Amino acid sequence: MKQSLGVRIWRWTIITVVGAYLIVPLYAMFDFSTKPFGFEDKGRTLRAWKIIPGQPDLMAAISRSLITAAIVMALILFLIVPTAIWVHLKLPALRRPFELLCLLPLAIPAIVIVVGIAPLYRWISINLTESPITLAGVYSMLILPYTYRSLSAALDAVDIHTLAEAARTLGADTGRVIFGIIMPTIKTGIVNGSFIAIALVLGEYTISNILNYKTFQVVIAQIGRTNGNVAVAVSLASILFVLALLLAIPTKKRRSAVLDVDLA
Amino acid sequence: MSSSTYVQLVDLAKHFGKVRALDGLSLDIAQGELVALLGPSGCGKTTALRALAGLQELDRGQLIVDGKDVTFQNANKRGMGMVFQAYSLFPHMTARENVEYGLKLKAHKTASDKRKARSAELLELVGLSTHANHYPHQLSGGQQQRVALARALAISPKVLLLDEPLSALDAKVRTQLREEIRRIQLELGTTTLFVTHDQEEALSIADRVGVMRNGQLEQIAAPAELYDRPKTSFVAEFVGLTNPISGKVSGGSIEVLGSIVKTLPGSVTTGTGIALVRPESIDVVASKSGNATVFAASFLGASCRLTINMNDGTHVTAQLPSSEAAGIGAGSTVAVSLLDMPVFVKAAG
Repeated sequence: MKQSLGVRIWRWTIITVVGAYLIVPLYAMFDFSTKPFGFEDKGRTLRAWKIIPGQPDLMAAISRSLITAAIVMALILFLIVPTAIWVHLKLPALRRPFELLCLLPLAIPAIVIVVGIAPLYRWISINLTESPITLAGVYSMLILPYTYRSLSAALDAVDIHTLAEAARTLGADTGRVIFGIIMPTIKTGIVNGSFIAIALVLGEYTISNILNYKTFQVVIAQIGRTNGNVAVAVSLASILFVLALLLAIPTKKRRSAVLDVDLA
Repeated sequence: MSSSTYVQLVDLAKHFGKVRALDGLSLDIAQGELVALLGPSGCGKTTALRALAGLQELDRGQLIVDGKDVTFQNANKRGMGMVFQAYSLFPHMTARENVEYGLKLKAHKTASDKRKARSAELLELVGLSTHANHYPHQLSGGQQQRVALARALAISPKVLLLDEPLSALDAKVRTQLREEIRRIQLELGTTTLFVTHDQEEALSIADRVGVMRNGQLEQIAAPAELYDRPKTSFVAEFVGLTNPISGKVSGGSIEVLGSIVKTLPGSVTTGTGIALVRPESIDVVASKSGNATVFAASFLGASCRLTINMNDGTHVTAQLPSSEAAGIGAGSTVAVSLLDMPVFVKAAG
């Protein structure tokens, strides 16, 4: 009984400390965003929150960032995931080089990447389009280390070779094997990798700012230069928005065995 | 090619680096027949099965099924049903969905209601109709292999390929399931190739058993013939137990343990040879003036296995019906001789 009480105390201590670590900064942001910032304000005010919708470029920036995130998601699903499966299934000798290649963006500072790709984006802006959505290309490169690791772990946890061979003997072609059998089997890995990718795309600032694209984070930084309270309110709103977005994506489907396999 | 030959493996060869997995393997299987390929690890039996399934490319050879050359046909076009050693059910599908998967992919899509009826019929056949909506993680290993069998049979395969499907199961389930596989195979009349390293499994359910060694077929015959009349010393020693006993060979006979018995074709013809004597071919009678002493006796139910020290210092193992072994135990003096059954004799040394 004593031991059980000790374990419970220890557990609640950890939960409290971690909870405080996560919630205190958010509370501090909320506290700051409700402080008076005009001569007419007295006590607490929600003025910073109320003027968010009126901020120039903000809604367009949110929409751009979301579209970019959606394109990155599509690239993950239709390019990165099938490629990773293909390498695991058919080209095991290339696994190491492929893994190394995917980890490179982690080792190269963002500023180096942006200097390298700036001429390319200059050419894209002049000859194709000025849309910031083209950033999806460079973002899908930046997310590779996180997405690939997540996919690789999921692929290693399941005997995909036998599943693929079983599907082939039953009449499945390569497309059906990848999209109909392997992808649903490693669903948890794909969802986990996508979470990280979405969070990274919605939070990226350096590259979009240097390339002069007005994405969500760039616009928040601009607002912050003129009004700190509004910038903090927008930041907090964006955090809550992304959190809601991630929670909205179904992660658990208890009836599926896939999750059990992947989580094991 | 005999008129009833349905599957032909002709001169198959496959190398993995320096290892010769298949080295000129040829095999004919009749329609509705169950052939088991038996052999030690690395003998090429699984490579042969995978080649027939289209999952393994060959260096040389030809595969003919139902009169058509399928050597270069893709695995997904061959119409082979396969059950793997590893559990291979699709984890995101229920047992019923797994069984229906192959039917959904068929060139002329099977109508939904027909599909459901077929999957229900097959799950009933494998005794899992009450588990149709269970996911693989909710099924035991034996149940998963039953569903895998139903899934393979759902597409009405030209050939059913079983790649050591019972290896991962415990002994009791293994025996039960292998009998079910045989029952279902006979009921449906599906031509079947079964790969295993377990001789008991192969001998108990196959119409013919092929023993493989170094990528070649040593001998293929009905189980009883393979056991009683092996053509090579490898087959004699690999299938069942043998006592290697030295003796003099002449005129198609050998003298061992004081008895003269005929030698099988392929045996050494002259000089000293080693007779490979089955434990059941040794006759043991309790006798105070006998030529041997029982060292240990193991009761196996219907039979009894005796480890015997011969007076000349050699040892033999005999197996006789429990009724005949009554009164014989460790320390008994016995007279040992050979029953009049032909033996395979290999060269001495």
